[in-house]
Amino acid sequence: MDMKIEIKQKGDWVVDDNPNIKMKTTYLSVNYGKFRALTDINMEISEQKITAIIGPSGCGKSTLLRSFNRMNDLTPSARIEGEIALDGENIYGKNVDVVDVRRRIGMVFQRPNPFPKSIYDNVSYGPRLYGIRDRNNLDGIVESSLRQSALWDEVKDKLHQSGMSLSGGQQQRLCIARALAVQPEVILMDEPASALDPISTLRIEELMHDLAKSYTIIIVTHNMQQAARVSDFTAMMMIDETRSGRLIEYNATNIIFTRPQDKRTEDYVTGRFG
Amino acid sequence: MTTNYSELLKRGVQTRRLRRKSVNGFMLSLTGILTLLALVPLFWIIGYVIYRGGKTLNLAFFTQLPKPMGMAGGGVLHAIEGSLIVTLMATVLAFVPGVLAAFYAARNPNTPLGIALRFSTDVLSGVPSIVVGLFGYTLIVKPQGHYSAFAGSVALAILMLPTIIRTTEEMLKLVPGALREGSLALGASEWKTSLNVLLPAAMDGVITGVLLAIARAAGETAPLLFTTLGNERFDLGSIIKSGVQNHQGIFQIMGRIFNSPIDSLPLTLWKYAQQPYPERVDQAWGVALILMILVLTINVIARIWIELRKKKLRG
Repeated sequence: MDMKIEIKQKGDWVVDDNPNIKMKTTYLSVNYGKFRALTDINMEISEQKITAIIGPSGCGKSTLLRSFNRMNDLTPSARIEGEIALDGENIYGKNVDVVDVRRRIGMVFQRPNPFPKSIYDNVSYGPRLYGIRDRNNLDGIVESSLRQSALWDEVKDKLHQSGMSLSGGQQQRLCIARALAVQPEVILMDEPASALDPISTLRIEELMHDLAKSYTIIIVTHNMQQAARVSDFTAMMMIDETRSGRLIEYNATNIIFTRPQDKRTEDYVTGRFG
Repeated sequence: MTTNYSELLKRGVQTRRLRRKSVNGFMLSLTGILTLLALVPLFWIIGYVIYRGGKTLNLAFFTQLPKPMGMAGGGVLHAIEGSLIVTLMATVLAFVPGVLAAFYAARNPNTPLGIALRFSTDVLSGVPSIVVGLFGYTLIVKPQGHYSAFAGSVALAILMLPTIIRTTEEMLKLVPGALREGSLALGASEWKTSLNVLLPAAMDGVITGVLLAIARAAGETAPLLFTTLGNERFDLGSIIKSGVQNHQGIFQIMGRIFNSPIDSLPLTLWKYAQQPYPERVDQAWGVALILMILVLTINVIARIWIELRKKKLRG
């Protein structure tokens, strides 16, 4: 793996002195039909760190996030230019299996979306897809995933109840456990706490801190305090005059929030705009 | 000007009070009376069928085969068996293609095939059932050279298809897109997602749709006239018994059943009601009662099912 950044071009943000680059986008643009939703995104995602993507509504944060595990493939009109590398290999490459990409790059959605199945079946859904049928194996995966998502103690006695019977915050942690069960390397989170109350939000944030010890996390958030609290790096996005999303600043979170270099970032993080 | 106008309004409120109240009262009672009137046929039918049919119902009516014409007693076991066999087979035939077609239509609504499917289910649900019977006759009875339970099942299955496709499609559309994305994001294929996530989530609706389709098909007479014909001597028990005695396999026995002309409740009702024997006419009312209870029960079960599952899903 080559991890050191050597090329520095305009719009290329170097955020880590000694980075282990897990993912890297190179001149990534996304088009929906004739509309260019994202233009020339160049950014690097550091391994086992939390990277937050912030910016006003409609600036393409979610589009960018969904490009990272090829969920945009599901939108028939979406077309990708440029590339996104995972460990140096383009995930949009010809010989890449999208299933493998999605196994390695998990996703947690804005609203908790547990399947209408039991808690156990929700977590074991992914492993079963990959052919793991043995009961002992599955039991172990379910327990360790639920432990990692800090839900085990609350649900260990009711694993066979419906996942829908849990509270919103618990459901979201169930969805995180479901994503962890296929042992991803990167976890994408699309405003994972925006539908939750403050206490559940706090639990999710604590959880993210723990998870960052073993996983690379990319989170889209509208909540700037949240970005400031949880993330190591922050990417600021904004639309340009053609309404296309651009990365305008990318740096260590404390720099973005204390001495941003771009006036628009400053206006946004201080609440003067957006 | 403004004061004048508000004065006029105030006066209008006062002077027109009586008229307003009386017109409102009249209209309210009119709608109430007409509602009652609309309910009359329903309760009349139910009441009269219970009154006429209730007298005939006894254990023998459900457990015995028909006696020769003109003789009192006997039952309609052959028709109950026939209805069960034909409807069950029709459900089996219609369920899988109906649900799969609904999946296709829900996922690909704007493709030529999706549009064609929606259009043809609309047309199919409007085709008179006797035409479907005629179709079954041409398709199966004529080439085979004999009437059969199977031909009737095919005709009923065709009648059930539009209901199953339509309700399943609607139910699939109600499943939140987030569930689908959640599954796909784990690396599941569209097919696995449909089978393991979307179908279970929509299952209640699907079952309800199937139950309603069954309720409709179980009451059909016309498609069976051309296909199952009717058979007062059909006797499931003796077919099975002789089959077992002759060491026939289950498929051979089923083959005999499905190849045989068969009766059904609506068909029996239609035939008995035309006969000159008062015993038979009374039995026709009994059959009507059974049929009504059957269809009503299926409907009620379907509705209770929906309610229970809704509660369960809410947690």
